[in-house]
Amino acid sequence: MSGIRKFICGDDAVAEGVRLSRPHVISAYPITPQTIVVERLSEYVEEGSLKARYMHVESEHSAMSCAIGVSSVGARAFTATSSQGLLYMAETLPYASGARLPIVMMNANRSIATPWNIYGDQMDAMFLLNSGWIQYYVEDAQEALDMMIQGYRLAEDPEVMTPVMINVDGFVLTHTYELVEIPDQAGVDAFLPPLKMPLNSMSLEAPKSLSISAGNDTNMEFNMKQHLDMLAAGTRIQAVDKAYGQAFGRYYHGALEKIRTEDAEVILITAGTVTGTARVVVDRLRGEGKKVGLVKLRVLRPFPVEELTEALKGAEAVGVLDKNISFGYEGTIFTNVNSALMARAMTPKTMNFIGGIGGRDITKENLIEAYDKLFGAAAGQPLERVQYMNVRCDY
Amino acid sequence: MVKLNAKTLHNEEYFYGHKACGGCGESLALRHAMKVLGPDTFAALPAGCMAAVSFIYPNMAFTTNAMITPFAATGAVASGMAAGLEALGIEGTQTIGIAGDGGTADIGFQALSGAIDRNDDIIYLATDNEAYMNTGIQKSGLTPYGTRTTTSPAGKNLPGSIRQKKNMFEIVAAHGISYAATASVGYLEDFLMKMAKAKAVKGTSYIHVFVPCPTGWGYPAQQTVSLAKAAVDSGLWYLAEYEAGEFKLNRNPKSFTPAADYLLAQSRFKHLTPEDISRIEAQRDAKWEIMRRKWLG
Repeated sequence: MSGIRKFICGDDAVAEGVRLSRPHVISAYPITPQTIVVERLSEYVEEGSLKARYMHVESEHSAMSCAIGVSSVGARAFTATSSQGLLYMAETLPYASGARLPIVMMNANRSIATPWNIYGDQMDAMFLLNSGWIQYYVEDAQEALDMMIQGYRLAEDPEVMTPVMINVDGFVLTHTYELVEIPDQAGVDAFLPPLKMPLNSMSLEAPKSLSISAGNDTNMEFNMKQHLDMLAAGTRIQAVDKAYGQAFGRYYHGALEKIRTEDAEVILITAGTVTGTARVVVDRLRGEGKKVGLVKLRVLRPFPVEELTEALKGAEAVGVLDKNISFGYEGTIFTNVNSALMARAMTPKTMNFIGGIGGRDITKENLIEAYDKLFGAAAGQPLERVQYMNVRCDY
Repeated sequence: MVKLNAKTLHNEEYFYGHKACGGCGESLALRHAMKVLGPDTFAALPAGCMAAVSFIYPNMAFTTNAMITPFAATGAVASGMAAGLEALGIEGTQTIGIAGDGGTADIGFQALSGAIDRNDDIIYLATDNEAYMNTGIQKSGLTPYGTRTTTSPAGKNLPGSIRQKKNMFEIVAAHGISYAATASVGYLEDFLMKMAKAKAVKGTSYIHVFVPCPTGWGYPAQQTVSLAKAAVDSGLWYLAEYEAGEFKLNRNPKSFTPAADYLLAQSRFKHLTPEDISRIEAQRDAKWEIMRRKWLG
């Protein structure tokens, strides 16, 4: 099934994906670089190409709270935010995940103040890794569009019933243009049936209390069940992606994509748009006979321990590119990767490459240098475990 | 509209089995509000006593659909519920947000303003017991002058709270809301009629109901209704409506009962000096002078 092709930016692609997913209600508050998404959606509603209610809320906190209300009665909700907006709504995110409300949200990854900055890094979403939301990171506009549709299918899967956050790198992806295939509505309607949530939504037939309180005699079990279901959602991520591939011809390899990892001596792990640059670098280095590989991590929660450790098998050194810093420690993805390796008793040398903070460029040269360092680490060179890319201060 | 009172009100209950204190004015307001709204009600309640006592797994006190919301989010969640129901074509329902004084006048103020701005078809019921009771009686934006709370202690230097209540009723009315009213559990029939009116309104309506709290105010539990009456009769609370752009005083006493009788019946005001009480009466009189001048055609 193929649709038309349009030359559009990442935010446009997100809006197209949302329109095709037919949400009942959109509640949103503008924040750079998410704004084009909500502008397009309000235009779609005005012109009638999207039959939805567009709610002008007075804050991100209310944007997510509205979405919680919408979803609690069994209607499909969408919102989008970024950076401080995501942090402002932060306390509402566990309300959505705890009540198992299948809301989908686009987050335009943007730096966190202060210093104030509107450009892209991934500090914002890392704050919310523990919010109980499934987290995707996308590489290009096509994937952004496709993941909006997949996001709803996954969130609304009866076995999953968990909200989904689609992370789209600010400016580098939200505001850059590419040719994007827009699936046809009939195909999307077949892939994404109307929302049904008989167990966890309010209804006139079976009135319910939601977001209840549970004391210390039951609270841990509620949290455990949520956690176990989130872990189990990993298999559904793969299944939904495969089904999407069959329907639309684009398959993203589930929670992660392996790029030339089979015989790789060193492997770099990326999340988001920098993967595109890394693909070029890998091909170039492979052309020079260097056995390098790349893992594009698409999902950070649930963390794909099995797929990841399988992909890294045989590597002598593993690098993790983090567009975030957990102040006082290291990059957050690095911590997660090391934990996964430890869980499987795997002991490659590991290095963290922190870069792209506040929109700082990550160039091909930076990535070539990272691969060089990984070869150095594999050869036993004493290198700092945490490296900072393209930084202008001493460390 | 049929006059609602003890004789005409049905015997169905939609809010019971909760764990509120004996004599709780707030739960009394909820019980009656729900009786007016009926079984097809969808309720949103933020953090606060009513959420804390009504959703204790596995004992749920609402027989209707209801949920706990983020503290600041009552207006937004209720809006979302109403929008979702409308989008799904589910008709004949009533969505209500129910929040306390802090949840309304402080932390939930912004979301309430947003909901009124959109004129979403919801009722917002503010239950005002004049402090953060659920957390142990701390001062809120609706705590009146001279109130001893755990964060506005009365001592040599301060008489307790030093500010007057935020004027939520008029702030809400200034949005150009479809319908707003003040009420009291001391005058239940008036409250019931205002709930019924709010239910009939298409668009946002706001009811601010005064609900004494024996635990937080320090009085015997059986005096909740009489104290609620006394607040109105002494002029320290008032019953009014805002409709079609006009204010209306529902009750205009020729004379007030002594403020001291109401105040000194509660331990939160026990420390007040005659000067403090005179000051409270002066504030009251100034407020009534304006209300009478502006709101009595």
